[in-house]
Amino acid sequence: MKTILTGNHAVAYAVKLSRVKVVSAYPITPQTTIVEKIAEMIAKGEMDAEFVNVESEHSALSVVYGSALAGLRSFTATSSHGLLYMYEMCWWVSNSRLPLVMAVVTRTIGPPWNIHTDHTDLMTLRDSGWIIAMAENAQEALDLTIQSFKISESLNLPFAVGLDAFVVSHTAEVVDVPDQETVDEFLPERKQAYRVDPNDVFAVGNIADNLETMRMRREMALDMEKAKGVIDEVGREFGEIFGRRYGLVEEYMVDDAEYIVVMTGAWSGDAKEAVDILRKRGIQIGLLKLRYIRPFPREVIERFDDRKILVVDRSFSMGHRGTLGIEVGNVVDCKNVVAGLCGVDVGFEDFKEMFERFVRGELGEVEWWI
Amino acid sequence: MEWLKTLISRPSKGVSGKTGYWRTFKPIYDRDKCVLCYECYVYCPENCVEIVEKVVKIDYDFCKGCGICSEVCPANAIEMVKED
Repeated sequence: MKTILTGNHAVAYAVKLSRVKVVSAYPITPQTTIVEKIAEMIAKGEMDAEFVNVESEHSALSVVYGSALAGLRSFTATSSHGLLYMYEMCWWVSNSRLPLVMAVVTRTIGPPWNIHTDHTDLMTLRDSGWIIAMAENAQEALDLTIQSFKISESLNLPFAVGLDAFVVSHTAEVVDVPDQETVDEFLPERKQAYRVDPNDVFAVGNIADNLETMRMRREMALDMEKAKGVIDEVGREFGEIFGRRYGLVEEYMVDDAEYIVVMTGAWSGDAKEAVDILRKRGIQIGLLKLRYIRPFPREVIERFDDRKILVVDRSFSMGHRGTLGIEVGNVVDCKNVVAGLCGVDVGFEDFKEMFERFVRGELGEVEWWI
Repeated sequence: MEWLKTLISRPSKGVSGKTGYWRTFKPIYDRDKCVLCYECYVYCPENCVEIVEKVVKIDYDFCKGCGICSEVCPANAIEMVKED
Protein backbone atom coordinates (compact mmCIF):
# COMPACT_ATOMS: atom_id res chain seq x y z
CA MET A 1 0.00 0.00 0.00
CA LYS A 2 1.40 3.39 -0.96
CA THR A 3 1.17 5.98 1.78
CA ILE A 4 2.97 9.07 3.09
CA LEU A 5 5.54 8.38 5.79
CA THR A 6 8.58 10.01 7.32
CA GLY A 7 11.76 7.94 7.30
CA ASN A 8 11.40 7.33 11.03
CA HIS A 9 7.82 6.11 10.72
CA ALA A 10 8.86 3.93 7.78
CA VAL A 11 11.40 2.26 10.10
CA ALA A 12 8.73 1.85 12.80
CA TYR A 13 6.37 0.11 10.36
CA ALA A 14 9.20 -2.10 9.15
CA VAL A 15 9.87 -3.13 12.74
CA LYS A 16 6.19 -4.00 13.20
CA LEU A 17 6.07 -5.94 9.92
CA SER A 18 9.22 -7.84 10.97
CA ARG A 19 7.31 -9.08 14.02
CA VAL A 20 9.84 -7.71 16.51
CA LYS A 21 9.08 -8.89 20.03
CA VAL A 22 11.18 -6.59 22.21
CA VAL A 23 11.98 -2.91 21.77
CA SER A 24 13.94 -0.82 24.20
CA ALA A 25 15.18 2.71 23.63
CA TYR A 26 15.93 6.02 25.21
CA PRO A 27 14.65 9.13 23.42
CA ILE A 28 17.12 11.25 21.50
CA THR A 29 16.45 13.64 18.65
CA PRO A 30 16.22 12.82 15.73
CA GLN A 31 15.57 9.14 16.49
CA THR A 32 12.72 9.65 18.96
CA THR A 33 9.80 9.40 16.56
CA ILE A 34 10.80 5.85 15.59
CA VAL A 35 10.25 4.50 19.07
CA GLU A 36 7.36 6.86 19.76
CA LYS A 37 5.52 5.31 16.81
CA ILE A 38 6.43 1.80 17.95
CA ALA A 39 5.27 2.55 21.51
CA GLU A 40 2.00 3.87 20.10
CA MET A 41 1.45 0.74 18.00
CA ILE A 42 2.14 -1.50 20.99
CA ALA A 43 -0.17 0.55 23.24
CA LYS A 44 -2.98 0.31 20.68
CA GLY A 45 -2.52 -3.45 20.44
CA GLU A 46 -1.50 -3.25 16.77
CA MET A 47 1.92 -4.70 17.52
CA ASP A 48 2.55 -7.71 19.76
CA ALA A 49 5.76 -6.70 21.50
CA GLU A 50 7.23 -5.61 24.80
CA PHE A 51 8.46 -2.01 25.05
CA VAL A 52 10.98 -1.51 27.83
CA ASN A 53 11.57 2.04 29.07
CA VAL A 54 15.09 2.59 30.35
CA GLU A 55 17.20 5.34 31.88
CA SER A 56 19.97 5.44 29.27
CA GLU A 57 21.10 4.13 25.90
CA HIS A 58 23.61 1.85 27.61
CA SER A 59 20.63 0.20 29.30
CA ALA A 60 18.56 0.22 26.10
CA LEU A 61 21.12 -1.86 24.25
CA SER A 62 21.68 -4.01 27.35
CA VAL A 63 17.95 -4.83 27.44
CA VAL A 64 17.84 -5.91 23.82
CA TYR A 65 21.14 -7.75 24.30
CA GLY A 66 19.27 -9.83 26.90
CA SER A 67 16.13 -10.30 24.85
CA ALA A 68 18.10 -11.23 21.73
CA LEU A 69 20.12 -13.67 23.84
CA ALA A 70 16.83 -15.18 25.01
CA GLY A 71 15.83 -15.77 21.39
CA LEU A 72 13.46 -12.88 20.69
CA ARG A 73 13.64 -10.63 17.66
CA SER A 74 14.77 -7.31 19.13
CA PHE A 75 15.22 -3.70 18.04
CA THR A 76 16.54 -0.42 19.35
CA ALA A 77 17.23 2.98 17.84
CA THR A 78 19.52 5.88 18.68
CA SER A 79 21.58 8.80 17.38
CA SER A 80 24.89 10.53 18.03
CA HIS A 81 25.49 10.89 21.78
CA GLY A 82 23.07 8.05 22.44
CA LEU A 83 25.15 5.75 20.25
CA LEU A 84 28.33 6.85 22.02
CA TYR A 85 26.72 6.27 25.41
CA MET A 86 25.88 2.66 24.43
CA TYR A 87 29.23 2.12 22.72
CA GLU A 88 30.49 -0.48 25.17
CA MET A 89 27.35 -2.55 24.67
CA CYS A 90 27.71 -2.28 20.90
CA TRP A 91 30.83 -4.38 21.19
CA TRP A 92 29.25 -6.79 23.66
CA VAL A 93 26.47 -7.42 21.17
CA SER A 94 28.76 -8.00 18.18
CA ASN A 95 31.43 -9.97 20.03
CA SER A 96 28.63 -12.13 21.49
CA ARG A 97 27.55 -12.73 17.88
CA LEU A 98 23.97 -11.70 18.64
CA PRO A 99 21.63 -10.91 15.79
CA LEU A 100 19.63 -7.75 16.45
CA VAL A 101 18.84 -4.51 14.66
CA MET A 102 19.42 -0.90 15.59
CA ALA A 103 18.37 2.16 13.62
CA VAL A 104 20.96 4.94 13.80
CA VAL A 105 19.57 8.28 12.72
CA THR A 106 22.83 10.01 11.93
CA ARG A 107 23.41 13.23 13.85
CA THR A 108 26.32 15.53 14.57
CA ILE A 109 28.34 14.77 17.68
CA GLY A 110 28.69 17.81 19.95
CA PRO A 111 29.86 20.14 21.25
CA PRO A 112 28.58 22.54 20.13
CA TRP A 113 25.11 21.08 20.39
CA ASN A 114 23.72 20.18 17.01
CA ILE A 115 20.91 17.84 16.00
CA HIS A 116 21.50 17.81 12.24
CA THR A 117 22.95 15.10 10.04
CA ASP A 118 26.58 14.01 9.93
CA HIS A 119 27.72 10.42 9.41
CA THR A 120 30.61 10.46 11.87
CA ASP A 121 28.45 8.93 14.63
CA LEU A 122 27.50 5.88 12.54
CA MET A 123 31.11 5.44 11.40
CA THR A 124 32.23 4.81 14.99
CA LEU A 125 30.72 1.33 14.55
CA ARG A 126 33.09 0.52 11.67
CA ASP A 127 35.52 -1.71 13.56
CA SER A 128 33.02 -3.31 15.90
CA GLY A 129 31.55 -6.17 13.88
CA TRP A 130 28.19 -4.57 13.11
CA ILE A 131 26.83 -4.71 9.59
CA ILE A 132 26.29 -1.06 8.63
CA ALA A 133 23.82 0.06 5.99
CA MET A 134 22.76 3.55 5.00
CA ALA A 135 19.37 4.47 3.53
CA GLU A 136 18.88 7.14 0.89
CA ASN A 137 15.20 7.78 1.57
CA ALA A 138 12.19 6.61 3.59
CA GLN A 139 11.50 3.69 1.24
CA GLU A 140 15.05 2.41 1.59
CA ALA A 141 14.85 2.87 5.37
CA LEU A 142 11.79 0.60 5.44
CA ASP A 143 13.18 -1.94 2.98
CA LEU A 144 16.62 -2.15 4.60
CA THR A 145 15.07 -2.60 8.05
CA ILE A 146 13.02 -5.59 6.86
CA GLN A 147 16.08 -7.10 5.16
CA SER A 148 18.29 -6.36 8.15
CA PHE A 149 16.61 -8.96 10.36
CA LYS A 150 17.09 -11.68 7.77
CA ILE A 151 20.72 -10.75 7.11
CA SER A 152 21.59 -10.31 10.79
CA GLU A 153 20.01 -13.62 11.79
CA SER A 154 21.62 -15.63 9.03
CA LEU A 155 25.10 -14.39 9.98
CA ASN A 156 24.84 -13.97 13.76
CA LEU A 157 26.01 -10.37 13.40
CA PRO A 158 24.14 -7.25 14.58
CA PHE A 159 22.89 -4.79 11.98
CA ALA A 160 22.78 -0.96 12.09
CA VAL A 161 20.40 0.75 9.67
CA GLY A 162 21.55 4.35 9.15
CA LEU A 163 19.36 7.17 7.96
CA ASP A 164 20.11 10.90 7.82
CA ALA A 165 18.69 13.20 10.48
CA PHE A 166 15.68 15.19 9.29
CA VAL A 167 16.50 14.85 5.58
CA VAL A 168 15.20 11.27 5.82
CA SER A 169 14.05 10.86 9.43
CA HIS A 170 11.51 13.71 9.48
CA THR A 171 10.75 14.19 5.79
CA ALA A 172 7.45 12.70 4.62
CA GLU A 173 7.55 10.90 1.30
CA VAL A 174 5.50 8.35 -0.61
CA VAL A 175 6.42 4.93 0.74
CA ASP A 176 5.21 1.56 -0.48
CA VAL A 177 4.43 -0.38 2.71
CA PRO A 178 4.19 -4.12 2.04
CA ASP A 179 1.46 -6.23 3.60
CA GLN A 180 2.11 -8.55 6.52
CA GLU A 181 1.62 -11.79 4.58
CA THR A 182 4.27 -10.89 2.01
CA VAL A 183 6.76 -9.85 4.69
CA ASP A 184 6.07 -13.13 6.53
CA GLU A 185 6.81 -14.98 3.31
CA PHE A 186 10.14 -13.11 2.97
CA LEU A 187 11.21 -13.10 6.61
CA PRO A 188 11.29 -16.48 8.35
CA GLU A 189 11.13 -17.14 12.09
CA ARG A 190 14.14 -15.86 14.02
CA LYS A 191 17.16 -18.12 14.09
CA GLN A 192 20.43 -17.70 15.97
CA ALA A 193 23.49 -19.71 16.92
CA TYR A 194 22.61 -20.05 20.60
CA ARG A 195 20.13 -18.77 23.13
CA VAL A 196 19.88 -18.75 26.89
CA ASP A 197 17.67 -21.39 28.39
CA PRO A 198 16.90 -21.52 32.13
CA ASN A 199 17.08 -25.31 31.95
CA ASP A 200 20.49 -25.37 30.31
CA VAL A 201 22.72 -23.02 32.25
CA PHE A 202 25.82 -21.49 30.68
CA ALA A 203 27.87 -18.31 30.90
CA VAL A 204 28.48 -15.94 27.97
CA GLY A 205 31.80 -14.18 27.62
CA ASN A 206 33.68 -15.79 30.46
CA ILE A 207 37.47 -15.53 30.51
CA ALA A 208 38.78 -17.50 27.54
CA ASP A 209 42.11 -18.53 26.09
CA ASN A 210 43.84 -15.72 24.14
CA LEU A 211 44.47 -17.76 21.04
CA GLU A 212 40.92 -19.14 21.02
CA THR A 213 39.59 -15.60 21.36
CA MET A 214 41.69 -14.45 18.41
CA ARG A 215 40.39 -17.41 16.41
CA MET A 216 36.89 -16.23 17.27
CA ARG A 217 37.69 -12.79 15.83
CA ARG A 218 39.00 -14.39 12.66
CA GLU A 219 35.73 -16.32 12.26
CA MET A 220 33.88 -13.06 12.72
CA ALA A 221 36.00 -11.43 10.02
CA LEU A 222 35.29 -14.35 7.68
CA ASP A 223 31.56 -14.13 8.40
CA MET A 224 31.71 -10.42 7.57
CA GLU A 225 33.24 -11.36 4.22
CA LYS A 226 30.47 -13.95 3.80
CA ALA A 227 27.98 -11.19 4.57
CA LYS A 228 28.68 -9.61 1.19
CA GLY A 229 27.15 -12.58 -0.60
CA VAL A 230 24.28 -12.85 1.88
CA ILE A 231 23.44 -9.15 1.47
CA ASP A 232 23.35 -9.42 -2.32
CA GLU A 233 21.33 -12.64 -2.17
CA VAL A 234 18.79 -11.28 0.33
CA GLY A 235 18.60 -8.02 -1.66
CA ARG A 236 17.92 -9.97 -4.85
CA GLU A 237 15.23 -12.06 -3.16
CA PHE A 238 13.68 -8.88 -1.73
CA GLY A 239 13.59 -7.48 -5.25
CA GLU A 240 11.80 -10.55 -6.58
CA ILE A 241 9.10 -10.33 -3.92
CA PHE A 242 8.72 -6.56 -3.48
CA GLY A 243 9.96 -5.22 -6.82
CA ARG A 244 12.84 -3.19 -5.38
CA ARG A 245 16.22 -4.86 -5.68
CA TYR A 246 18.97 -4.24 -3.13
CA GLY A 247 22.62 -5.09 -2.68
CA LEU A 248 25.90 -3.74 -1.36
CA VAL A 249 25.82 -0.74 -3.70
CA GLU A 250 23.61 1.11 -6.13
CA GLU A 251 25.25 1.81 -9.47
CA TYR A 252 23.96 4.95 -11.16
CA MET A 253 25.24 5.44 -14.72
CA VAL A 254 28.63 3.95 -13.90
CA ASP A 255 29.03 1.44 -16.73
CA ASP A 256 30.42 3.88 -19.30
CA ALA A 257 31.49 6.52 -16.79
CA GLU A 258 34.92 8.06 -17.01
CA TYR A 259 34.32 9.80 -13.69
CA ILE A 260 32.67 8.09 -10.70
CA VAL A 261 31.49 9.74 -7.50
CA VAL A 262 31.28 7.50 -4.42
CA MET A 263 29.05 8.48 -1.52
CA THR A 264 26.39 7.21 0.88
CA GLY A 265 23.12 8.37 2.40
CA ALA A 266 20.32 10.80 1.62
CA TRP A 267 22.28 13.31 -0.40
CA SER A 268 23.05 10.68 -3.05
CA GLY A 269 19.66 11.71 -4.45
CA ASP A 270 20.84 15.31 -4.93
CA ALA A 271 24.10 14.06 -6.39
CA LYS A 272 22.20 11.96 -8.96
CA GLU A 273 20.49 15.15 -10.13
CA ALA A 274 23.88 16.77 -10.63
CA VAL A 275 25.05 13.64 -12.50
CA ASP A 276 21.99 13.99 -14.80
CA ILE A 277 22.85 17.63 -15.52
CA LEU A 278 26.48 16.86 -16.36
CA ARG A 279 25.43 13.86 -18.47
CA LYS A 280 23.20 16.13 -20.55
CA ARG A 281 26.33 18.12 -21.33
CA GLY A 282 28.03 14.95 -22.49
CA ILE A 283 30.24 14.44 -19.44
CA GLN A 284 30.57 10.72 -18.73
CA ILE A 285 30.01 10.73 -14.98
CA GLY A 286 28.25 8.24 -12.73
CA LEU A 287 27.55 7.64 -9.07
CA LEU A 288 28.35 4.64 -6.94
CA LYS A 289 26.18 4.75 -3.85
CA LEU A 290 27.45 2.64 -0.97
CA ARG A 291 24.41 1.08 0.66
CA TYR A 292 26.73 -0.77 3.00
CA ILE A 293 29.78 0.52 4.83
CA ARG A 294 30.37 -2.82 6.57
CA PRO A 295 31.03 -5.18 5.07
CA PHE A 296 32.88 -2.80 2.78
CA PRO A 297 32.10 -3.37 -0.94
CA ARG A 298 35.78 -3.60 -1.80
CA GLU A 299 35.39 -5.94 -4.78
CA VAL A 300 32.80 -3.65 -6.38
CA ILE A 301 35.10 -0.63 -6.06
CA GLU A 302 38.07 -2.59 -7.44
CA ARG A 303 36.11 -3.03 -10.67
CA PHE A 304 36.38 0.72 -11.24
CA ASP A 305 40.11 1.12 -10.69
CA ASP A 306 40.56 2.41 -14.27
CA ARG A 307 38.20 5.39 -13.67
CA LYS A 308 38.70 8.77 -12.01
CA ILE A 309 37.09 8.56 -8.59
CA LEU A 310 35.81 11.22 -6.22
CA VAL A 311 34.65 10.32 -2.72
CA VAL A 312 32.26 12.75 -1.07
CA ASP A 313 32.28 12.34 2.68
CA ARG A 314 29.86 13.39 5.38
CA SER A 315 32.18 12.10 8.08
CA PHE A 316 35.76 12.87 8.97
CA SER A 317 38.52 11.02 10.75
CA MET A 318 40.51 13.66 12.62
CA GLY A 319 44.18 13.51 11.71
CA HIS A 320 43.55 11.82 8.39
CA ARG A 321 40.78 12.29 5.80
CA GLY A 322 37.10 11.82 5.25
CA THR A 323 36.18 8.38 6.56
CA LEU A 324 35.00 7.01 3.23
CA GLY A 325 37.95 8.74 1.57
CA ILE A 326 40.22 6.52 3.66
CA GLU A 327 38.13 3.44 2.97
CA VAL A 328 37.83 3.89 -0.79
CA GLY A 329 41.39 5.24 -1.04
CA ASN A 330 42.55 1.94 0.42
CA VAL A 331 41.17 0.21 -2.70
CA VAL A 332 41.63 2.73 -5.56
CA ASP A 333 43.15 6.17 -6.09
CA CYS A 334 40.61 8.87 -5.32
CA LYS A 335 40.06 12.52 -4.54
CA ASN A 336 38.18 13.29 -1.34
CA VAL A 337 35.71 16.10 -0.67
CA VAL A 338 34.56 16.59 2.90
CA ALA A 339 31.17 18.29 2.90
CA GLY A 340 27.95 18.60 4.81
CA LEU A 341 29.48 17.97 8.22
CA CYS A 342 27.47 19.25 11.19
CA GLY A 343 24.29 19.37 9.11
CA VAL A 344 25.59 21.88 6.57
CA ASP A 345 23.16 21.71 3.68
CA VAL A 346 24.58 20.49 0.38
CA GLY A 347 22.23 20.56 -2.58
CA PHE A 348 22.39 19.51 -6.22
CA GLU A 349 23.87 22.88 -7.22
CA ASP A 350 26.79 22.30 -4.86
CA PHE A 351 27.26 18.85 -6.35
CA LYS A 352 27.09 20.27 -9.86
CA GLU A 353 29.88 22.72 -9.06
CA MET A 354 31.84 20.08 -7.13
CA PHE A 355 31.63 17.53 -9.95
CA GLU A 356 32.54 20.16 -12.57
CA ARG A 357 35.65 21.04 -10.61
CA PHE A 358 36.45 17.34 -10.23
CA VAL A 359 36.11 16.75 -13.98
CA ARG A 360 38.28 19.80 -14.69
CA GLY A 361 40.92 18.35 -12.37
CA GLU A 362 40.74 21.27 -9.98
CA LEU A 363 40.21 19.29 -6.78
CA GLY A 364 43.08 18.63 -4.41
CA GLU A 365 43.57 15.37 -2.52
CA VAL A 366 41.30 16.45 0.33
CA GLU A 367 39.01 19.45 -0.05
CA TRP A 368 36.73 20.90 2.58
CA TRP A 369 33.52 22.10 0.95
CA ILE A 370 32.92 25.23 2.98
CA MET B 1 30.71 -21.94 14.24
CA GLU B 2 33.83 -22.90 16.19
CA TRP B 3 33.53 -19.59 18.06
CA LEU B 4 30.57 -20.84 20.06
CA LYS B 5 32.74 -23.08 22.25
CA THR B 6 34.97 -20.10 23.10
CA LEU B 7 32.09 -17.73 23.75
CA ILE B 8 29.97 -19.79 26.07
CA SER B 9 31.05 -21.91 28.98
CA ARG B 10 29.12 -24.30 31.14
CA PRO B 11 29.64 -24.35 34.86
CA SER B 12 31.68 -27.25 36.12
CA LYS B 13 32.62 -28.02 39.64
CA GLY B 14 36.03 -27.17 40.98
CA VAL B 15 37.87 -25.97 37.89
CA SER B 16 39.68 -23.53 40.19
CA GLY B 17 39.88 -25.90 43.17
CA LYS B 18 37.64 -25.91 46.22
CA THR B 19 36.85 -22.33 47.17
CA GLY B 20 34.74 -23.06 50.25
CA TYR B 21 37.70 -22.58 52.56
CA TRP B 22 37.67 -18.83 51.80
CA ARG B 23 34.48 -18.58 53.87
CA THR B 24 34.26 -16.50 57.05
CA PHE B 25 30.48 -16.66 57.46
CA LYS B 26 28.52 -19.79 56.65
CA PRO B 27 24.92 -19.73 55.41
CA ILE B 28 22.73 -21.92 57.59
CA TYR B 29 19.38 -22.89 56.10
CA ASP B 30 16.14 -23.30 58.05
CA ARG B 31 13.64 -25.49 56.16
CA ASP B 32 10.75 -24.47 58.44
CA LYS B 33 11.04 -20.80 57.47
CA CYS B 34 11.72 -21.44 53.75
CA VAL B 35 8.90 -20.51 51.33
CA LEU B 36 10.63 -22.07 48.30
CA CYS B 37 10.73 -18.81 46.36
CA TYR B 38 14.06 -19.85 44.70
CA GLU B 39 15.60 -16.39 45.23
CA CYS B 40 18.75 -17.92 46.79
CA TYR B 41 19.02 -20.32 43.85
CA VAL B 42 18.71 -17.48 41.34
CA TYR B 43 21.03 -15.04 43.10
CA CYS B 44 23.88 -17.31 44.23
CA PRO B 45 26.80 -16.01 42.12
CA GLU B 46 28.69 -19.26 42.58
CA ASN B 47 25.87 -21.54 41.46
CA CYS B 48 26.23 -23.57 44.65
CA VAL B 49 22.61 -23.49 45.74
CA GLU B 50 20.51 -26.40 44.54
CA ILE B 51 16.91 -27.18 45.45
CA VAL B 52 16.39 -30.91 45.81
CA GLU B 53 12.95 -32.26 46.69
CA LYS B 54 11.81 -28.86 47.99
CA VAL B 55 14.87 -28.47 50.23
CA VAL B 56 17.70 -25.94 49.69
CA LYS B 57 21.09 -27.62 49.48
CA ILE B 58 24.20 -25.45 49.76
CA ASP B 59 27.46 -26.87 48.46
CA TYR B 60 29.88 -25.83 51.20
CA ASP B 61 32.86 -27.08 49.17
CA PHE B 62 32.38 -24.06 46.92
CA CYS B 63 30.26 -21.53 48.89
CA LYS B 64 32.56 -18.57 49.67
CA GLY B 65 30.12 -17.20 52.25
CA CYS B 66 29.25 -13.99 50.41
CA GLY B 67 25.85 -13.90 52.09
CA ILE B 68 23.81 -12.92 49.05
CA CYS B 69 21.42 -15.86 49.55
CA SER B 70 20.77 -14.70 53.08
CA GLU B 71 20.34 -11.10 51.96
CA VAL B 72 17.78 -11.88 49.26
CA CYS B 73 15.79 -14.43 51.28
CA PRO B 74 12.39 -12.84 52.01
CA ALA B 75 11.63 -15.38 54.76
CA ASN B 76 14.90 -15.00 56.70
CA ALA B 77 15.43 -18.70 56.23
CA ILE B 78 19.20 -18.37 55.70
CA GLU B 79 21.32 -17.09 58.57
CA MET B 80 25.00 -16.20 58.24
CA VAL B 81 26.94 -17.78 61.11
CA LYS B 82 30.63 -17.19 61.77
CA GLU B 83 32.78 -20.20 60.98
CA ASP B 84 34.57 -21.88 63.86
